[in-house]
Amino acid sequence: MMSTTETIAPRQAADELAPPLSVRQLGWRRFRRHKLAVAGLIILMVLIAYSFGGALFVSEKYANYNDLNQALQPPSATHPFGTDTIGRDIFARTIYGGQISLFIGLTAVIIETGLGILVGALAGYYGGRLDNLLMRFTEAMIIIPQLFLLIVMAKFFGGQVPNFTIFGRTYSGSLVVIIVIIGITSWMYLARIVRAEFLSVKEREFILAAHAMGTSTRQVIFAHILPSCMAAIIVSATLSVANAILAEAYISFLGMGVQPPTATWGNMLERAYSYIDKGVPWLWFFPAMLILLTVLSINFVGDGMRDALDPHSRTV
Amino acid sequence: MTTLLEVTDLRTRFHTPEGTIFAVNGVSFSLAEGETLAVVGESGCGKSVTMMSLLGLIPIPPGEIVSGCALFHETDLLKSTEATMEHVRGREIGMIFQDPMTSLNPVLTIGQQLTEATIKHLGLSHAQATARAQELMEAVGISDPAKRLSDYPHQFSGGMRQRVMIAMALACSPSVLIADEPTTALDVTIQAQIVELVIKLREQLGMAVIWITHDLGVVAGIADRVAVMYAGFIVEEAHVDDLYEAARHPYTRALIAALPRADQRRGQARLKSIPGAPPSLYALPPGCPFAPRCEWVVDRCWAENPTLQPAATQHQVACWVDTTQEAGQ
Repeated sequence: MMSTTETIAPRQAADELAPPLSVRQLGWRRFRRHKLAVAGLIILMVLIAYSFGGALFVSEKYANYNDLNQALQPPSATHPFGTDTIGRDIFARTIYGGQISLFIGLTAVIIETGLGILVGALAGYYGGRLDNLLMRFTEAMIIIPQLFLLIVMAKFFGGQVPNFTIFGRTYSGSLVVIIVIIGITSWMYLARIVRAEFLSVKEREFILAAHAMGTSTRQVIFAHILPSCMAAIIVSATLSVANAILAEAYISFLGMGVQPPTATWGNMLERAYSYIDKGVPWLWFFPAMLILLTVLSINFVGDGMRDALDPHSRTV
Repeated sequence: MTTLLEVTDLRTRFHTPEGTIFAVNGVSFSLAEGETLAVVGESGCGKSVTMMSLLGLIPIPPGEIVSGCALFHETDLLKSTEATMEHVRGREIGMIFQDPMTSLNPVLTIGQQLTEATIKHLGLSHAQATARAQELMEAVGISDPAKRLSDYPHQFSGGMRQRVMIAMALACSPSVLIADEPTTALDVTIQAQIVELVIKLREQLGMAVIWITHDLGVVAGIADRVAVMYAGFIVEEAHVDDLYEAARHPYTRALIAALPRADQRRGQARLKSIPGAPPSLYALPPGCPFAPRCEWVVDRCWAENPTLQPAATQHQVACWVDTTQEAGQ
């Protein structure tokens, strides 16, 4: 296969020629070869600039300002994306909704990755009974559909957390609930990946050598074995951001997600649902388009990262 | 010379689904300060397992240390807690492994791996540890250490990696260095360099060395005393000169006879080999484990396993037959 020879050649050259490329440089070089990933990265940066940079020009107050006289206006010069059912400016709401959606994506993935690494590392390193216990639990979590878990947990924990204010902005308490439940319902695949990697790496001679140097078990797990899993973890985490954004959109669409007035792309869709046959497509088109673009471009970036970082997937 | 390490009656077994492997069967030896002890024997005779047992690196289960005592500075290594052992390993006893290609972590830089032990054991700051790492790299003969510390293992050749391994093992100036076949995976010219490097560092640091090998040629150049192992037993232990001049155990004699000689012309004599293979360690015979391959074998050998007995000054052997008296066939 061409790609295999291409990817191996620069590594060999790096061994012999004077200025060796670092792992990062090699990865970046492979990433750039993946055109869709580069396009995805650019789109993603534009979307981030849109959500966070847009906030400099449009105030949150304006995004939440409703004027029933202005309800359901089609896109125009004053309201580029039109207005929603209670007359809020959709353009402004997609900006603030984007912040929340992207924020949920990133933070849920931090929780997910932390849990996945912890469960996978413990199961893989210690093996035996602990491995059995943790893996059966992981499987139990996997066989229950994530959406079902999300709905049950959102129903159960929703409204338990009071609203809170950070940097002068008030957020719905449901935001925290959503982040946590997305995090704790999506770590299973990562745990399996990490466990598999640990199982093979812990038997390698350099781990024995590390023990022989007096390295503590905790150090061996986190400083010696975990770096070998980094590529797989980064790729998985990237793809998970997209999944978390989608998961938020699902449950917000079902009305159990982040509660208004905090906007997310997902709960903007929910409002649009009852108007789907009323000839007001701008209600759902813009938030849906933004979700689509974000998820697609993150997936492309994740794909490119896999090519760039993960040596195992190159044979596929 | 004071005794540094005193091992008595070490027995290690592995419980596997196929049965119990009797890997080490009552090994006793001692190591004095600054002394070099070579442990020789065929592959799978328990040399490495003995050393791993001392350092608490045997995975339990399936491994089990059935009995034994290993006194090091008045501490029994075999009964110490994991926390104590973490301070012994790397700090007091350094270890070098056989294959430098697999003993370095490929995803960490040489600098990260070389500074870890000194930061942990000696409490150095990151900057101090880096300076120490550079010193060590120089001591083991790696040029441009400052630059090479940020390199990854794949950017080093096999010999260079073994030098890095030695530098890692010596980072905290341990009093004992265990070298587990450190030259086996290297080609001959590099082997000689590594042996010389260890000899030089041993003199500089005054540490004791346990050199595990199956290469009797290397032993002659480096060791003070030699212990010959077979099937998990030490069968002969002697001063290095005594061993080459007056080996007593049939196995040792066969090993020495199997060495190629520089004064033999090609074609004049075939290389001697020892017929047969080492016994299975699943079920050891009641008698001497070497009996089936021994040319001196007598009836008693099949029934009883001889223990290590003094045969001359500083020379112990485990054999029923006095091989110096009778002529072998």
